[in-house]
Amino acid sequence: MYCSVGQFYIDPYKGVDKAIISHGHGDHARYGSKHYLAHPDTVAIMNVRLGKVNNYQGLEYDEEININGVKISLHPAGHIIGSSQVRLEYQGEVWVFGGDYKTEDDGISQAFVPVPCHTFISECTFGLPIYNWKPQAEIFEDIHNWWLNNQQRGLASVILAYSLGKAQRIIHNLDLNTGPVYTHGSIYQLNKALREVGQNIPELPKVDLSIKNKGLYRNALIIAPPSSAGSPWLKRFSPFSLGVCSGWMALRGSKRRQAADKGFVLSDHADWVGLNSAIAATGCERVIATHGYTQIFAAWLREKGYDAFAQKTLFEDEEQSKEEVLPNVENENGEVN
Amino acid sequence: MKDFAQLYYDLDQTNKTNDKVEILKEYFLNANEEDKKWALALFIGKRPKRIISSTLLREYAAEFSGIPLWLFEESYSIVGDLSETISLLLPPPTQAESYSLSYWIGLMQSMGKKSIDERKEAMIQAWDTMNSQERMVFSKITSSTFRVGVSQNLVIRALSQAYHIDGNVIAHRLMGNWNPNEISFDELILSHNNKDLLSRPYPFCLAYPIEKQVNELGQATKWVAEWKWDGIRSQIIKRAGQLFIWSRGEELITDKFPELQTLLNIIPDGTVIDGEILPYSEGKVLTFNVLQTRIGRKNLNPKILREAPVIVYAYDLLEWDNEDIRGKTLADRQALLNTLVNGLDQNAQIQLPPSIYFNDWDELPAIRTKSRAYMAEGLMLKRKESIYQVGRKKGDWWKWKIDPLSIDAVMIYAQRGSGRRANLYTDYTFAVKNGEEFVPFTKAYSGLTDKEILEVDKWIKFHTKEKFGPVRTVDPQLVFEIGFEGIQKSSRHKSGIALRFPRMLRWRTDKVVNDINTLEDLQQMLAQYEKGL
Repeated sequence: MYCSVGQFYIDPYKGVDKAIISHGHGDHARYGSKHYLAHPDTVAIMNVRLGKVNNYQGLEYDEEININGVKISLHPAGHIIGSSQVRLEYQGEVWVFGGDYKTEDDGISQAFVPVPCHTFISECTFGLPIYNWKPQAEIFEDIHNWWLNNQQRGLASVILAYSLGKAQRIIHNLDLNTGPVYTHGSIYQLNKALREVGQNIPELPKVDLSIKNKGLYRNALIIAPPSSAGSPWLKRFSPFSLGVCSGWMALRGSKRRQAADKGFVLSDHADWVGLNSAIAATGCERVIATHGYTQIFAAWLREKGYDAFAQKTLFEDEEQSKEEVLPNVENENGEVN
Repeated sequence: MKDFAQLYYDLDQTNKTNDKVEILKEYFLNANEEDKKWALALFIGKRPKRIISSTLLREYAAEFSGIPLWLFEESYSIVGDLSETISLLLPPPTQAESYSLSYWIGLMQSMGKKSIDERKEAMIQAWDTMNSQERMVFSKITSSTFRVGVSQNLVIRALSQAYHIDGNVIAHRLMGNWNPNEISFDELILSHNNKDLLSRPYPFCLAYPIEKQVNELGQATKWVAEWKWDGIRSQIIKRAGQLFIWSRGEELITDKFPELQTLLNIIPDGTVIDGEILPYSEGKVLTFNVLQTRIGRKNLNPKILREAPVIVYAYDLLEWDNEDIRGKTLADRQALLNTLVNGLDQNAQIQLPPSIYFNDWDELPAIRTKSRAYMAEGLMLKRKESIYQVGRKKGDWWKWKIDPLSIDAVMIYAQRGSGRRANLYTDYTFAVKNGEEFVPFTKAYSGLTDKEILEVDKWIKFHTKEKFGPVRTVDPQLVFEIGFEGIQKSSRHKSGIALRFPRMLRWRTDKVVNDINTLEDLQQMLAQYEKGL
């Protein structure tokens, strides 16, 4: 996304001069820009993932700065630790780039706050009415029951979850008295970095490759990134039950493709109700739908009376790679676009 | 119905055979009599009549969910399964009552006489008492689309383990047209007398495709080779003065072949013959295409019977003189069969198929290449000492089919699949060239590996030209070799031809669109095929 008035980008997929980063996931925080602006927790994450450099500038939530006449502030998006909505104001016209967000308070990411605006740029990863999340308390009850059940059956419990965000959310909401919890090295690293910037994440052992003790993981829960599915690394926990935490687990087809024993519908993106309520809460007139079922979601919003349209971005599998620039939609005064 | 819906989900979510058997067994041992009878009926494909069309089901579900129909359709195209879409969209139930599977089936059966409005009312009230799993299963039953990834064999194993009855006995008890409304679970599965089931066929003995070289099967003289006919595999049953004809799909098809009523007068009571119904005229078997014109027709007028005459080629005898002789050897059974059929009029509507003589395995490949001239699909190899097995067992019977016909074609449309393939583009339409034009001639769904499917899916998403609802037109670039078992004229298709059992044999990454076959090539194949070449 490019702001032509302010001459900066938000979440650019390649190196630019000035980049504002909404959150630390790899499809948003990319290498190669000269100057980065992000929430301090996101900066900590970038330090781990993109390497330590000195061109990261931290900006706390609700603090305001000005770039080329555009007033910029960050606001909690509730997606993962440090995730931000980016508010842009120019001559009284307000746009909010929602980034990735969810409306449910997960207890560890600072909870989503609606930001009043004229134009809201909304993701719609789960922008269909088939996606309706249960409250996370219910999901975690399911996870604990599954874990206890596995313990009785003599199985280790392996949970696949994104290293950044989902893993910390799960750890935060686990009852650690249920049994030992181990983490994959990538999660261990991130947890350490986040603890260093003051996040309250319990210190959990990482899976130690040098220890060859079959019984070690019997009652344990192991949290690993999705990329470890089917890997030799996983085999050491055998016999185990494989649980996958993802919004996609809502569909039977996706779950079977993952070959998971158990799917937990736990997402860091807003569900259908969440998306609709978030948009309503901004009081906006215009919505730009990105990331997901953009065409369908925009058509739905138009029926609801919004001026809504779909915007292609690079990281949608359905789309060809195109230069990612906001369309030249100008308001009557030709101001912000 | 919560327990039945849970059973459906549990079965759906495991690939492990032993787990499935265990899950089924637990259900049969714990469910009430009526429920387990209906569950069994559903598992083996005895579905109650559809009471609501899928079009109406969509409308009701969209209305009850408070979303526009177009958004329902979009959701459906992502989920790939209508009933699952419904279960994901409906608002939470407001009624606390819970009813059993057999209660709901009873209600569905009473709907037959009700008006559309009453059915709608009943459907919405039912949904309002159900959790999401129940809603999915219930919607599948009402729209008569209930299927579960459990083979009849697994159901038989589970029943066998639960009740300590031999699997072959269970398999036999499940055959035929028992009606769940008229029989109890105990009568069907546990009772020893099979009084009621005069028409009950035996489980068909089935063959696997041969995996090794034929000469590895041992001594050639211990084997019989037969043509593998391309007709309707059937059991011809005469008991108590009545004739019953069953297809291999366990459909009673007696009425579809009125001319075979002549058999009633010529074969003795207490006889069951395994054979093939084939289109036949002037001493020759005709192509399956001829038979296809009369299958599925409700009214068989004299013209159709004249144009598509049939006979039965008999190849095995399962019951003789009211006695189950499946335990005798194939040689003994066929000896009895030969005596029976040879004693009949030469023009009888049941005949012995032409025999194949061979002394050594070396002779068979040459014989096999003549299959199409006989209108056969290849050869069957059967061990002379073999008993008539229940179902598909390895070792005694093998099928050795000729290679399929094949043609190179380009993909022009793609559509999302369903079930495990939901959300992936797996259903493709293929075209051949006619001058500069691409003429679609077939769809195919199977034949690619999971890895290829992912690759093609991704390609499709990046090469879409247009979207029409769930269908995308794509750049005509990807070439596939399409295999099929038969080809016939069709006035319903733009290409003028229709294929039997089309599937993808290979993704021809070595070929480009200029290399594909033409419509003329297809027409030539049709002409040759009809001549048996």
